[in-house]
Amino acid sequence: MAAPRYIADPEDQVRIVALDGLSVIFHAPSGMTHIVAPPTPEILTALRKGPADAAELLRRLSAHYEIEGDDVAARLNELEAAGLVRRA
Amino acid sequence: MRNSLALQIGPVAFRVGSVWRAPIEALAGLYAGYPAPEDGICDFTVRLEPEKPWRRWLRPSVAIQGDYILPDAAPLPLGMGLLAAEMGMNLQMALGQKRYLLLHAASVEKDGRALILTGESGAGKSTFAALLGERGWRLMGDEFALLDLETGMLRAFPRAVSLKNGAIALMEREVIPTRFGPRLDGTPKGSIRHMRPDAAAIARMGEGARPALLLFPRFGAAEAVRPVGQAEIFMRLTQASTNYVALGAAGFDALTRLVSTIPSAAVDYPDTDTAIGLVDELWRQAA
Repeated sequence: MAAPRYIADPEDQVRIVALDGLSVIFHAPSGMTHIVAPPTPEILTALRKGPADAAELLRRLSAHYEIEGDDVAARLNELEAAGLVRRA
Repeated sequence: MRNSLALQIGPVAFRVGSVWRAPIEALAGLYAGYPAPEDGICDFTVRLEPEKPWRRWLRPSVAIQGDYILPDAAPLPLGMGLLAAEMGMNLQMALGQKRYLLLHAASVEKDGRALILTGESGAGKSTFAALLGERGWRLMGDEFALLDLETGMLRAFPRAVSLKNGAIALMEREVIPTRFGPRLDGTPKGSIRHMRPDAAAIARMGEGARPALLLFPRFGAAEAVRPVGQAEIFMRLTQASTNYVALGAAGFDALTRLVSTIPSAAVDYPDTDTAIGLVDELWRQAA
């Protein structure tokens, strides 16, 4: 079975502000505010380049960050549960 | 309404009306010197009405009505009509205010810069702000801090200060008797006495201030000053706001801007003299 591919809402719908190492996210479509730790905001930002599965996201992120594949998959599951990403 | 009073408090105009004369007279006495709205138009209306028609005369009991109401709010005895009026005004702000991000916080001003005091109910921020208002600061408000969504400035909202229990005697030693309302014993929060801010706070209610320092005071613990992370401050302030969720992106932008630009600390204090010393020191550092 192919790995699931994810998509995020466009940049103008999701505000991300870094505060002291954590980030707060305002998701306009749901009106919800989330507080997240790295690498969650980085994953959301990387996903703005287009739909991707965990392996593709890892490739996009590993150019700039030290990050594990399992970590990306786990964060994607959390982001999906929070409504910040969805299956493409 | 047979009896009514219109009050301008900072940027907000209220009309409070009642079938009874006593609560409106008490309110007019407490808010002596406050201006009426310039154009006569009020943002919010509060009505103090009998719970049932016959309760106007028989064991009179005041229900809080208005533009915004809580359907399950318990009525108060007529002797607590002033408290009902204050609760009614708080309710209109908490449920109806959309122009400002409303923070459950006290604020005082010096040199055009604002000190914001927030924290859980009972942490002593109201008393602390009232005391600072008598010690060279301008009291901007003891209950709600109004953050302008466009400019990030804090607007003054100098309502009467609601003093509770031990704070009543403390402020009675500081302030002339004519600035107090009647003492109300046996309220759901114990004894309450309202205190009018000083003349400068009323005269300058139209002046805003740039937020400069945010403190989380806590009364009753040994003296300590602790840092608080920005994300934690953000979270605490969303919880301390009655309209953050309703304002959507505008509230998020205003609050992230405030949190990322203002110095802050949690302050524990065993007594008010210690608290004032700590605030003076932190204020100097923030300058």
